Amino acid sequence: MTAGAFRGRVLARDGEYAIVRGADRDLRVRAAGSWRPGDLVQGDEVARAFDGGDYPGPATEVARLSRKRLDRLHARGTAMAALRRFFAERGFLEVDTPVLVPSPGLELHLDAVRAGDGYLITSPEYQMKRLLAAGLERIYQVCKCFRAGERGPHHASEFTMVEWYRGFAELEDIVRDTEALVAEVVTAVAGAPIARVTDRPGEPPRSIDVSPPWPRWTVRDAMRQWAGVEVAGDEPAAELVRAVRAAGIAVADDTAWDDAFFAAFLARVDPALAALDRPVILEDWPVPLAALARTRPGDPRTALRFEAYIGGIELANAFGELTDPAEQRARFEHDQATRRARGKPVYPIDDKLITALAEGLPPCAGIALGVDRLIMLATGAAAIDEVLAFAPGEL
Amino acid sequence: MYDTSDIRKGLKVLMDGNPYTVIEFQFVKPGKGAAFTRTKFKNLLTGAVVERNIRSGEKLEPANVETRDMQFLYKEGGDLVFMDQSNYEQVTISADLIGPAHDLMKDNLPCTVVFFNERPVDVTLPTFVFLEVTASEPGVRGDTSGNVTKPATVETGASVNVPLFIRIGDTIKIDTRTHEYVERVNK
Repeated sequence: MTAGAFRGRVLARDGEYAIVRGADRDLRVRAAGSWRPGDLVQGDEVARAFDGGDYPGPATEVARLSRKRLDRLHARGTAMAALRRFFAERGFLEVDTPVLVPSPGLELHLDAVRAGDGYLITSPEYQMKRLLAAGLERIYQVCKCFRAGERGPHHASEFTMVEWYRGFAELEDIVRDTEALVAEVVTAVAGAPIARVTDRPGEPPRSIDVSPPWPRWTVRDAMRQWAGVEVAGDEPAAELVRAVRAAGIAVADDTAWDDAFFAAFLARVDPALAALDRPVILEDWPVPLAALARTRPGDPRTALRFEAYIGGIELANAFGELTDPAEQRARFEHDQATRRARGKPVYPIDDKLITALAEGLPPCAGIALGVDRLIMLATGAAAIDEVLAFAPGEL
Repeated sequence: MYDTSDIRKGLKVLMDGNPYTVIEFQFVKPGKGAAFTRTKFKNLLTGAVVERNIRSGEKLEPANVETRDMQFLYKEGGDLVFMDQSNYEQVTISADLIGPAHDLMKDNLPCTVVFFNERPVDVTLPTFVFLEVTASEPGVRGDTSGNVTKPATVETGASVNVPLFIRIGDTIKIDTRTHEYVERVNK
């Protein structure tokens, strides 16, 4: 190798030059005619340093990724490495359950994508719980999940989730995991535990200190404070509709309990949470929104559930997991009935999950956290598309 | 009826009897809740902006709103007469609806008129008009510093504040949104 030679992989051609990615930097190198993107090359003559703007080639729109996107993909790789390190250091086993299943989640507001004679998972929850019942105590999984019809600045139909469970543990342990994981991943990418949130494309990002511990709000306090709505959890839908209307939020007469709740939540609480300069653990959800959470001991109106919000991004949802098979079957049947009544596809109940619960799921807590959203927070991306290798519209 | 999948910028809908146009929208979905479209609407009558979260499955009523390209013909008392350039139909619109810019309108000016239930509810003028100055006192010599202006009358009869160097016969560019002088146009 001659003195001053620069070795690396060709990222792009720029006329008689090539942008070459070396071990520690990208340089503009005088190119031989045969060099193509992806080739490993060695160039003698460094013409001038690459200025960090968009790569000039490949020439077609389809083949080109912006410099910003390439940087985000590097950040994504750094984040994934930090995430796996985090779990390895805490004795979690990485598992990898199937994404093609006969029974996807039955949650009323999640629609599954059909695939062959089954469905793609909306979350790996059911299979991971079977592993807990089988005796694995601390497990995590990073996987693709699929939710039909979800598309927006924070939503893509196909997205990446990290889900983890702790057997013989409390929801409080998951709060601490979440705070520490977010702080570590953001630090790995950004150099400090400071997340960045871009509210609108083109605006400068806001900084949010994500170092633990995070402020906590109960759902009822948040609804009272910002929406002016008292939520009991066991009131009839009509009563909640009246309270929401009294607060000046328009909802129709026949609105269901959950829709009335979220109408008020989205109109008032969500914007207020978004404006805070710290993350929030929003906990103690009213029981109609318990999903797969058990209720708080001695308080049947409150579910052991929390969500983590950072700068308007709903990052994670956690449960003190329901372990009672009879209660689980009753909730599934209720979900099926509601789906049928609202004209939604009705998925089969996962009997093997119920059997696993009957065999004995240890007391446990678990959480699902949106990886793409975490990377948005670490990089200041304004939309999920900016942290994906290819957004749905680019396929 | 429209549903949330029809929502796009410029969609005209009827809410509480008023016509609105969509100016911004975004898909939002709480993890355990229904999908909503967070939508900003502008009231076509008052210009007021409201935000509403429309749940998927909710219906929106289309507003009978139509936008037509029309030409200003002439004034008739406090009214202005316009002609639809596609079918030569004439419509009389009150000067009040147009607001302060009504006295900047010269014959044949192309405008956009919004109709709600066949009734004109909004007139949009070109952002700039070019008008000749018909009357103005000469500027006082030496007094050329800063933003000193003087009143001038233009060919439509409107009064506009202009810099001191503007003379009778000059053509000036005026912003119809602010009723303000922009620049002198050399002819």
